[in-house]
Amino acid sequence: MLERLRRPWPDHRAERALGAMSSLVCLCVVAMVGFVALRAWPTFEHQGLSWLGSGGEVDRQIGGMIATSVHPPASAFYVRAWPILYGTLLTTAIALPLGLGLALLSSIFIVELAPARLRRVAIPVIRLLASVPSVIYGLIGVLVLVPFVGNHVITTSEKTSVQNVVQLNGAGLAVAAVILTVMITPIMVALISDALSSVPVAWREGAAALGVNPMRATLAVTVRAARPAIVAAAVLATARALGEAVMLSMVSGSRSFSPKPVDGVIFFFEPLRTLAASIVEFAEGLGAPALRSTIYAFAFLLLFSAFALSVAGYLVKLPLRKYQVRA
Amino acid sequence: MSTFVPQLRANRHARAQRGRRSSLRTWRWGDRLVLLGAWAGGLGLCVLAAAIVTYMGYRGIQYLRPGLLFTRPELSASQSHSGGFLDPLIGTVLLTVIGIVLAFPLAIASAVWIAEYGRPRWLARVVESSIEIVAGTPDIVIAIFGLAVFQLSILAPLSFTASGGGVWGKSFIAAGAMMSLIALPPLFTATRDGLQAVPAHMREAAFALGKTRIATIRRVLLPGVRANVATGVTLGISRIVGDTAIVILLLGSTLHIESQGGMPGVNLLRGTGSTLTSYVYDNSPAGEGNASQKAYAAAFVLLLLVLALNMAVDFIGRKHARSTGLGTGAQI
Repeated sequence: MLERLRRPWPDHRAERALGAMSSLVCLCVVAMVGFVALRAWPTFEHQGLSWLGSGGEVDRQIGGMIATSVHPPASAFYVRAWPILYGTLLTTAIALPLGLGLALLSSIFIVELAPARLRRVAIPVIRLLASVPSVIYGLIGVLVLVPFVGNHVITTSEKTSVQNVVQLNGAGLAVAAVILTVMITPIMVALISDALSSVPVAWREGAAALGVNPMRATLAVTVRAARPAIVAAAVLATARALGEAVMLSMVSGSRSFSPKPVDGVIFFFEPLRTLAASIVEFAEGLGAPALRSTIYAFAFLLLFSAFALSVAGYLVKLPLRKYQVRA
Repeated sequence: MSTFVPQLRANRHARAQRGRRSSLRTWRWGDRLVLLGAWAGGLGLCVLAAAIVTYMGYRGIQYLRPGLLFTRPELSASQSHSGGFLDPLIGTVLLTVIGIVLAFPLAIASAVWIAEYGRPRWLARVVESSIEIVAGTPDIVIAIFGLAVFQLSILAPLSFTASGGGVWGKSFIAAGAMMSLIALPPLFTATRDGLQAVPAHMREAAFALGKTRIATIRRVLLPGVRANVATGVTLGISRIVGDTAIVILLLGSTLHIESQGGMPGVNLLRGTGSTLTSYVYDNSPAGEGNASQKAYAAAFVLLLLVLALNMAVDFIGRKHARSTGLGTGAQI
């Protein structure tokens, strides 16, 4: 038996074995969607899609689920998770444009402006920024930025003005969005600078020959030609921002409070909770069936958006093939 | 993800410099602003990275004592009595080994199959997009999926079982299996890109010598892409080392490594534990520990690990580029 295994494999058998192993990955994805959907089903069954809406305090609703029995009645699944959804969308919506602008500017810097010696330093440094674990970002956020914002940025009068509604201690939208921006920017820099540097140099030269200055040539030709890659980078960064759990659970205040833009400056200091962070925070209560189903429904929502973003990323990358750019 | 080796024309930059110096005054204000912004943004990111490393280094030197690396954590309210982080360190190493051991064959086999066989075409496309989906799935979703799988009563022997007989679904095996999903995409991408970059005449020469496809793969192609595989493994390790969500949900993040059952070795794999990331999380104000000195010290060790892995990726890539002129598919 061993002797037979040691002999060189015939080609067709090797091909089939390798193909079978590759198919295991597809199986994993199918199992992932299946398991999460199955566990989330009771929430969808009892609540339809109305659990995405707003109404009541979601923290209290979820807290009440822990006490329910093994076979909870349909009413135990009652949850209106809009504040959590809103927190997720809000952090992403603030971090993405900030990160995209920063990434675009620093990509132009890396590809067009930086002296060769500086570029050799900048590329590994930005790569390091991308690989710092999220828990370290969270630690810096919760031990440095949150106390700083809480003690020096928020004034006492701002704190007392809302003390009956919410405690402002610094953890909240501003810190969460800033750190999220720092986390998603390097990913976008990688993709965008790749695309910028693969735009044919002759195109830019053509613009320069027409007499525009170098920066205008970059913006009008290079950046324009790399638009699909920029959108693809934004899509990837969105997926990353939506799924960030640990950092956000550390710095976002862990309260399902919807920050209200009408509150003015205080808006940026109000706490929130995101979908991914709530999975981490409520993981302890997964024994309760109603809570478990709700948490898996959150996970299903994240999985669905990751899936949709992956399709979107594929679609926006299609035009890139015209330029034979691999991204 | 893409390769991050901007093939820059050396003269492009020189031209930009010359042009700028001669005519900055004639630029539109918008262009000047973008120029300023680009310099500020690029330098700002570098300064930010330097600041993070410096700050963590400062805190690390302040709080890290060599003894912390070799003493086990203890339950204590005071930071001077709560011990070190030997168990989390062992947990990190153990989890990394399990994750890579599980991911390696799967990733290499898929990469070889996609790059060298890839028939039927539709299945290859499905495999590639499933790996892309796995890469895009948040780690917390992968973690909670793992919890659902390992709480099945059939898989109870693989995980920690509570005294009442309830299946927790938490163990090194469970966490390691899900970690392998995290490590799979970078390993797959690096290997596939390496195989696709091997020139066709290498294969043709091997075929001309009468080698079969699989023999060519084993004797010619895989040795040729060793650097790419090494890069992929390093990237996979740094993903596993840096992941927190899976550890919190699937490893239990217990204070000590708890073993389960009597068989040595297996009992460890079935047991629960913690890693550096979960240790940092638990000791931060977000967790219960609230021992920020210990959190800083452990985070410093974690950052050093990540830095070392980053340097390893750079080193492998540079060495490989010097010898072959090809990239290793190192991602940013």
